[in-house]
Amino acid sequence: MRRKDLYALLLIAFLIVLYPWIFEGNKYFISILVFLGINSIVTMGLCLLMGYAGQISLGHAAFFGIGAYSSGILTSQYSYHPVVAFFVGIFFSALVAFFVGKPTLRLKGHYMAVATLGFGEIFFIVFNELIFLTGGPSGLSGIPTLTFFGQVLEGTAYLYLVWGFAFLLLIFSLNVINSRVGRALRAIHGGELAANAMGVDAARYKVQVFVLSAVYASIAGSLYAHFITFISPSSFGLMPSIMFLMMVVIGGAGTIWGALLGTAVLTSLPEYLRGLEDFEVLAYGGILMVVLLFMPQGVLEGMQKLLKRMKKTAKRSL
Amino acid sequence: MSLASQIIQFFFTGLNVGSIYALVALGFTMIYNATAIINLAQGEFVMLGGLIMVFFTAVLQIPMYLGFFLTVAVVTTLGAFFERLAIHPLKNASLITLIIITLAGSILFRGIAMLLWGRDPYGLPPFSGGKPILIWGATLQPQFFWVLGITGCVLIGIWFFFNRTLAGKAMIACSFNAVAARLVGINVRKMVLLSFSLSASVGAIAGAIITPITLMEYDRGPLLTLKGFAAAVLGGLGSGAGAIVAGFLIGILESLGAGLVSSGYKDALALFVLLIVLWIKPSGLFGSAEESELKKF
Amino acid sequence: MREEILRAENLQKSFGGLRAIDALNFAISQGQIKSVIGPNGAGKTTLFNLITGIFPPSDGILQFNGQILNGLKPHLIAQLGISRTFQNLQLFANMTVLENVMVGRHTQTSAGLLSTGFRLSWMKKEEREIEEKAFAELSFMGLEDKAALEATSMPLGEQKLLEIARALATYPKLLLLDEPAAGLNIRETEKLCHTIRKIQQRGITILLVEHDMSLVMEISDELLVLNYGRKIAEGPPREVQRNREVIAAYLGEETGDA
Repeated sequence: MRRKDLYALLLIAFLIVLYPWIFEGNKYFISILVFLGINSIVTMGLCLLMGYAGQISLGHAAFFGIGAYSSGILTSQYSYHPVVAFFVGIFFSALVAFFVGKPTLRLKGHYMAVATLGFGEIFFIVFNELIFLTGGPSGLSGIPTLTFFGQVLEGTAYLYLVWGFAFLLLIFSLNVINSRVGRALRAIHGGELAANAMGVDAARYKVQVFVLSAVYASIAGSLYAHFITFISPSSFGLMPSIMFLMMVVIGGAGTIWGALLGTAVLTSLPEYLRGLEDFEVLAYGGILMVVLLFMPQGVLEGMQKLLKRMKKTAKRSL
Repeated sequence: MSLASQIIQFFFTGLNVGSIYALVALGFTMIYNATAIINLAQGEFVMLGGLIMVFFTAVLQIPMYLGFFLTVAVVTTLGAFFERLAIHPLKNASLITLIIITLAGSILFRGIAMLLWGRDPYGLPPFSGGKPILIWGATLQPQFFWVLGITGCVLIGIWFFFNRTLAGKAMIACSFNAVAARLVGINVRKMVLLSFSLSASVGAIAGAIITPITLMEYDRGPLLTLKGFAAAVLGGLGSGAGAIVAGFLIGILESLGAGLVSSGYKDALALFVLLIVLWIKPSGLFGSAEESELKKF
Repeated sequence: MREEILRAENLQKSFGGLRAIDALNFAISQGQIKSVIGPNGAGKTTLFNLITGIFPPSDGILQFNGQILNGLKPHLIAQLGISRTFQNLQLFANMTVLENVMVGRHTQTSAGLLSTGFRLSWMKKEEREIEEKAFAELSFMGLEDKAALEATSMPLGEQKLLEIARALATYPKLLLLDEPAAGLNIRETEKLCHTIRKIQQRGITILLVEHDMSLVMEISDELLVLNYGRKIAEGPPREVQRNREVIAAYLGEETGDA
């Protein structure tokens, strides 16, 4: 598996370098790729939590929001340096994740799902109500763009920044997955009873991976804030949380590559639905249902199985 | 208005709102009792109840009482379809998949509602006209009594169903041990279908009776689902009576909180209750810890 | 007199009104193979669960090498050196055969989130060791050819051996085997007998729950007989075999039956 990972990594690196060059100047495509990178960071973390450790979070957009608002508020209202705001966001996300995660991850199945739904909603309400801080439903504008030695990071440069982060985090994730910790997480997923019996402190690891996934989301949130320079609570509510979940599940919740695939599919989907905004919610619900009913292992495995079947019929007809 | 009569006013509002939470919680409990599934689309049944009734009465100009029954019939059918199309095929799937499929269902219903009704809230005329009634300094619309009255009837009906009919008891048996239930001749598939249909009915009724007071829009579902679940868990998942008491309790607390403290955060109250209950005593006020261990999840 | 490795004093476990374990006193000596036997419902699996910390005793003391086990969580008990297999197989179906055993190395290794994420050099060395030692346990159990297979794709007999390999990878001082021979045929049981002896030769103390009497008699240094949660006999197999109460428990009182 490690060699396959390496090839995939090289492919992604290649694409990252290549795409901006191909779409030179095409702001529209560049921005889609930036959002793809940002979403991928969130889903990578969520995949570690859901795909590998087997837990569930239906409120992850809250952490995305904590990162975005930390960066947004501290840089625009209080003139802090973006890097400081970035770390403040991470700190808060980790803190919240720790205190929320500890009691929540002890819960089983449905209870955990609804608890995460609940706290996700609570944060959405907080983002809406703390108007003096967040600007409330009207949002927070005037978030400064990032500069690097005087150069404003926009367009292609921002693309490289986001995907630089995404790439590094991908390597970090792969390292964790292919290690003692990764196996411990998968053991928890495979059977918490046996995992504990083999000395894996399941409770501790679950909280750790939850905190880690919150940190990923916070990083993504900060990058998001400085890119679009205006944020509002609607980007951090129920539907975004469900979107992130869908990206992980649809691609194939089992692996990080599946999550990336799902992210790519669902990030580009709104572009195909341009003008059909009324159908957007319906489309997402429909897609999720179809995938769950017909390709429960996710699109990645569904496609792999399809390819296998196509190969078989091709061989037979030869 | 004096503080006392304000509090009484909030209390009555809380009773109305609490009725809805109680009915949603009841819907959860019914499905959970038959299948051990938590139906995250529960709130959408309420939303559909309200909006479809608007369609029948405002668009098709059908008289209220007829529209009411038609609405319940339509939503019940939707609930049954949902079970057949989305739940039944996945009966052997993992828990996470089941959770997500009901989530997907709720998104689907929301999407269709947005398409058909748009994002604006809709209202209904009250079931009967008449002047507001003054009790202890608080003003009560006639609809208030409709809400309480119909809720009461539903609760009695459901109680009767579960405690006095064979079908009801059969449903409870299914949640404890589907295999054993099958072995004694209970048609588990039918029970599951029935539970979803009944839940949809209850939800639709809730939606229809509350819309004259609070209006209804396409995305009311998720918060109702969460608050209804909070009530179901607070009351002890699996205990219908507990769910109902808890529903009213949460409604009253929320209303008092909104009126006396802050209305912006009122939704957060029920959510806090949810989290506190889950974190400290998932078996709720009236459930037993052992019983919740025994249930499937 | 050999050292005691595990001791139970006045051990009790009640579930509501039911006394699953009642006033149980026994000890296991370092290096021996001790089998717990008794009719169904006698409390054997409850005893295992008490020792491994799945639930705490209602009363009494469980001591392991002087350390009190009462109230310790399962993963801590595993770290102390007690490992187990499960009656109804708890393999990690989402992992390969080798990976299952590698999880067993968890208590003896220490790389955490950051050291694995940043792939520090000492962590890489630890990883290599984990794989080597896990593989060694697989070979010990004769499963080295199956290392890359999905754990649950093997036949039942081999899955049971895999669980033992996984437990051995923790380098336990005390190994609890919960009905290891269940579902095995005669040849497999013989092989198991041989394997358990080899495990004992490594210096590991073994506590066995088993229904297969031939295996139990063949391999045990001592027996512990439970009935209705109480100890009715403890001692070498030959002795216990002749114990009247034991015979009665298994065959039923001849005069009492209708």
